[in-house]
Amino acid sequence: MNILVNNTATVVHEKNLLTILTELGYENLTIATAINGEFVPVSVREKVFLCEGDKLEILAPMQGG
Amino acid sequence: MSLILYDEKINSRLLVGSAQYPSPALLVESVKKSQTEIITVSLRRESSGSQSGQEFWHLINQLKIRVLPNTAGCFTVKEAVTTAHMAREIFNTNWIKLEVIGEEDTLQPNVFALVEAAKILTEDGFKVFPYTTDDLIVANKLLEVGCEVLMPWAAPIGSGRGLNNPYGLQTMRSHFPHVPLIVDAGIGVPSHATQVMELGFDAVLINSAIAGAGQPEAMAEAFSLAIQAGRLAYKSIPIEARDMATPSTPIMGKAFL
Repeated sequence: MNILVNNTATVVHEKNLLTILTELGYENLTIATAINGEFVPVSVREKVFLCEGDKLEILAPMQGG
Repeated sequence: MSLILYDEKINSRLLVGSAQYPSPALLVESVKKSQTEIITVSLRRESSGSQSGQEFWHLINQLKIRVLPNTAGCFTVKEAVTTAHMAREIFNTNWIKLEVIGEEDTLQPNVFALVEAAKILTEDGFKVFPYTTDDLIVANKLLEVGCEVLMPWAAPIGSGRGLNNPYGLQTMRSHFPHVPLIVDAGIGVPSHATQVMELGFDAVLINSAIAGAGQPEAMAEAFSLAIQAGRLAYKSIPIEARDMATPSTPIMGKAFL
C-alpha cells in the first residue's frame, strides 16, 4: 500500500497504524501521530487502519522557542 | 514573591527556549546558568533512522524542569489544535504555548485564529499561553475564552529589537493588573528584559538572544540577573521622570563663598 509518511512516499505492507509504526521502525519511540491532519492518540492506534494514499505524520520532541 | 502560572508556583521569572543552540552541551549549560524552571519545546517530523527527537527528549528530561510545548510554525486553527493535542500526549502536560502565525515576514500572530484556537483548547482542558500582540481587545478576548496568562510580543520573533511599543506594553500592564503577563519574542539584550520587568511584567521568555550569543551560557546568566534586577526595581517603586533637574545634594547649609 502506498502512503505518505512525513510527506515521503512510502510503501507499507501493513494497514493497521500500530503495526505500520513497527514496520517502519518507530516501535517504542516517543512519538505522536496524525492521519490526514487528524490526531490519533496512542490509545487507539491498534484500532485505526490506513488506506491507499493516506498521509501519516509522525512527530517527536524537537527544539523550540 | 513567586510567579503563579495556572496555579503552579514558579520561582524563576525567566523562561527559556530550547532552539538554535550551537550544541546540546551549550543548551544544558545555558539552561543551568539561566536558573529557569520552564523550557519551551516543539514537535517536528521524526525519522526512524536518525531518531534525533529521541535524543533531544532524553536531554530535556535530564534537566528536570517543566516543559512548555509550543505550536510554532502553525498558520491555521486546525494545525495549531492538532499540534497541541500531539504535544499534550508526548510531553504529558496540558500547558501549551499557542502560536498561530499570520504571515511569514514578521511572524506576527494571527490574533483572530489565535482566539478561536484558544477557545477550542481551553474547552478541551488545555492551559493556554497565547503568543499575542499588545492589543487590549484581543487580550480581553483571550481572557474571555479561558486564558489565564498572556504572552505579548516585544518585537518580531528573533529580531532582537527590544520593545517596539513600550507604551503599548505599559498600557497592557495597567489594564490587566492581575493577569500574569510574559513578554515573548523580540528581546535582544538583557537591558531589554530589564525594561520589560521594570514595566511590571511578570516574566520574560528568551530564546534567540541567548542561543545566538557568542557565549550562550554567559548570556543566560546575564538575562537571569537582568530580570531579577528589573523585578526588584519595579517592586522598589522607581522615581517619576522629570523634565528639569532637581539637585540631589541638599541646598540647606551650603556656604556662600
